[in-house]
Amino acid sequence: MSALSWNGNGLQTKLLWGAIATLGAVALGIVALSRGETVNAAWLVIAAVCIYFVAYRYYALFIASKVLGVDPKRPTPAVRHNDGLDYVPTNEYVLFGHHFAAIAGAGPLVGPVLAAQMGYLPGTLWILAGVVLAGAVQDMTVLFLSTRRDGRSLGDMVRSEMGPVASTIAGIGILLICIIILAVLALVVVQALNGSPWGTFTVFCTVPIALIMGVYGRYIRRGRVAEMSLIGFVLLMAALIYGQTVSQTPALAAYFNLSGPSLALIIIGYGFVASVLPVWLLLAPRDYLSTFMKIGVVTLLALAIIIVRPDLQMPALTKFVDGTGPVWAGSLFPFLFITIACGSVSGWHALIASGTTPKMIENEKQLPFIGYGAMLMESFVAIMAMVAACVLHPGVYFAMNTSAGLIGTTAAQAAQAVSNMGFVVTPDQLTQVAHDVGEITILSRTGGAPTLAVGMSQILSGLFGGQALTAIWYHFAILFEALFILTTVDAGTRVLRFMIQELVGNAIPAFKETKSWTNNIIGSAVACVLWGYILYQGVIDPYGGIWTMWPLFGTSNQMLAAIALVLCTVVLFKMKHEKFAWVTILPATWLVLCTVTAGLEKVFDPDPAIGFIAHARHLSSAIAAGQVLVPARSLGEMSRLVFNDYLDATLAALFAAVVVSMVVYGIISIRKALGAPKATAIEIEFAGAAAVGGSRA
Amino acid sequence: MPDLLTAKFAEWKERSQAVKTWSVRAARLMIGVPDYDTYVRHRQENHPGLPIMTYEEFFAERQEARYAVGKGRFRGCC
Repeated sequence: MSALSWNGNGLQTKLLWGAIATLGAVALGIVALSRGETVNAAWLVIAAVCIYFVAYRYYALFIASKVLGVDPKRPTPAVRHNDGLDYVPTNEYVLFGHHFAAIAGAGPLVGPVLAAQMGYLPGTLWILAGVVLAGAVQDMTVLFLSTRRDGRSLGDMVRSEMGPVASTIAGIGILLICIIILAVLALVVVQALNGSPWGTFTVFCTVPIALIMGVYGRYIRRGRVAEMSLIGFVLLMAALIYGQTVSQTPALAAYFNLSGPSLALIIIGYGFVASVLPVWLLLAPRDYLSTFMKIGVVTLLALAIIIVRPDLQMPALTKFVDGTGPVWAGSLFPFLFITIACGSVSGWHALIASGTTPKMIENEKQLPFIGYGAMLMESFVAIMAMVAACVLHPGVYFAMNTSAGLIGTTAAQAAQAVSNMGFVVTPDQLTQVAHDVGEITILSRTGGAPTLAVGMSQILSGLFGGQALTAIWYHFAILFEALFILTTVDAGTRVLRFMIQELVGNAIPAFKETKSWTNNIIGSAVACVLWGYILYQGVIDPYGGIWTMWPLFGTSNQMLAAIALVLCTVVLFKMKHEKFAWVTILPATWLVLCTVTAGLEKVFDPDPAIGFIAHARHLSSAIAAGQVLVPARSLGEMSRLVFNDYLDATLAALFAAVVVSMVVYGIISIRKALGAPKATAIEIEFAGAAAVGGSRA
Repeated sequence: MPDLLTAKFAEWKERSQAVKTWSVRAARLMIGVPDYDTYVRHRQENHPGLPIMTYEEFFAERQEARYAVGKGRFRGCC
């Protein structure tokens, strides 16, 4: 079943697609229109899957054949530069797996959980519409562009198609997103492990386990991935089970019951060490474990949701669609579209789609399956995260995701505060959930990961183990999330180090040398300080960090998507395919609207809950009057908040500025392209393929 | 009838073998290690007489390349 051979026109085929479309419409109708009664998660899954199939069959294949004009006869970089290493023509299913594993991460798991504060419906609709019209289109188009350009990176393509200034601006954008992503993801881990000896013990164990795997795979049985992964997995499960004993033995638990700030410092230090050590020792083995676990758990969760078919307890819409929600600040537009980035549309993917995947495409006709298809799969992960968050009792959900400054620290206070929000819950219910998952408390466990873990433990224990294994499943889910977030932190720190070396190297050429140990250590330290600073501020933020920082992360990610889609649009014009340019203009316009509105609101909105500057002024005037405002506890804390507000305002303004200047450069390039008599896109020549092919070993 | 069954069984066995081969390849590629046999065949066909890395060397080379700072390899976020 090759990717483009889906378009049979027989009556049977037509009937089949008609049936899929009808089923999807019915399921979506049930999801969207039911009020007052619980909806089964199965309807959400059916609606999503039908929409994905129809979108793939009708939209992805249309874009590939008509808009991009993929040419099955055109040799791909993998064919022309085949070296058996980087450039290898690869079976499309194998490459699909590779690409999916590369794009899937923590983003689609966390965003939907946070978006659930508005009910399951707004987030779900945005996940589905976003992926079909924006996210998957971006991924496939960037993959196509890079495939036509020898697998060049996004930054390189912006340089060659839009000029050096645009490329520098995009580069600044990419650097900023890297810093924010590492800080926010690390914050998710800190919030999940804060005051949880079981979770902390298990996650700490991954370090010695990775070292054992690393030594085994290097010196004992070199390159035996399956063996080392199996050893790692068995040890990891042992650590997970022993973690329960640790948490129940006060003398041991004391060592692992750490506060947020200490966890943050440990993770920053760890990130530094991991990025300086040789990769085979720590980074690679962790990466293997986390990659396989990620794929395994996603499959397991999909099976569990299909078999268990839980009911969604969260209403379709909550009153927080008006922007007064306690999980993150801001109204539906633009902030919902910022909160769920990955799963709908993620700029980060533009970096991956212009990385290793385009160098392995066997034939251009496989682009929709790999580019569009893998993104649909990622979107499905986001739908599952939404299901996991919404099977929880809404009272439990809000108790977990509201900062302690707002709901207090005891079950009684929290139950009272959450009930006042309109989600009636008793203190007993809250302590029962904590007890079930083997934690001391579940209150104010912001960041999304613990909520997802509680939801997953409910679903997975429904599949296997029942009540008795809930606690194990919960910590398994936490371990799984922490493991691959920390792998991203390690790998990301190395990427950040490289970008800093490039940037500083422009002024001091000696700093560019990546083999030098001095450069290595200085570069890693600078990288860790950059994201570490933001992480630490997030951890000690009395609002709980996520409330402030997640919108910033979402904005940066959507900003990158806007950059990528502007590039795609420019190239479509340069290819003289402007008739179809609406395909990328539509999502680009939407993302520019969202990011610029969000950026400006974050800076200038007069409501202190949304605008950073308004908030800073609000605090400053209180400081002048000698008042301490909740949730801050001292005047010192207040001044720190003021400083962070100005820092965050600067970042938000920068994001908006980057987007606006990219749009300006995009329009300039498009005007030039329209004026040119023939296509001006700079692709690798078709006819010159043979000459290029021989030049590489 | 038994012939038909044997044939079916052989076909089924072949298919499951293929699924296994492709799954292992996909799993390896997910962690950045492409197929070694393909590499060897490529070297033999296109660069006869030139040295071919052993699997161990090949693995180490690919591992280093996956995390090589300087090639701008971005992965997993999101």
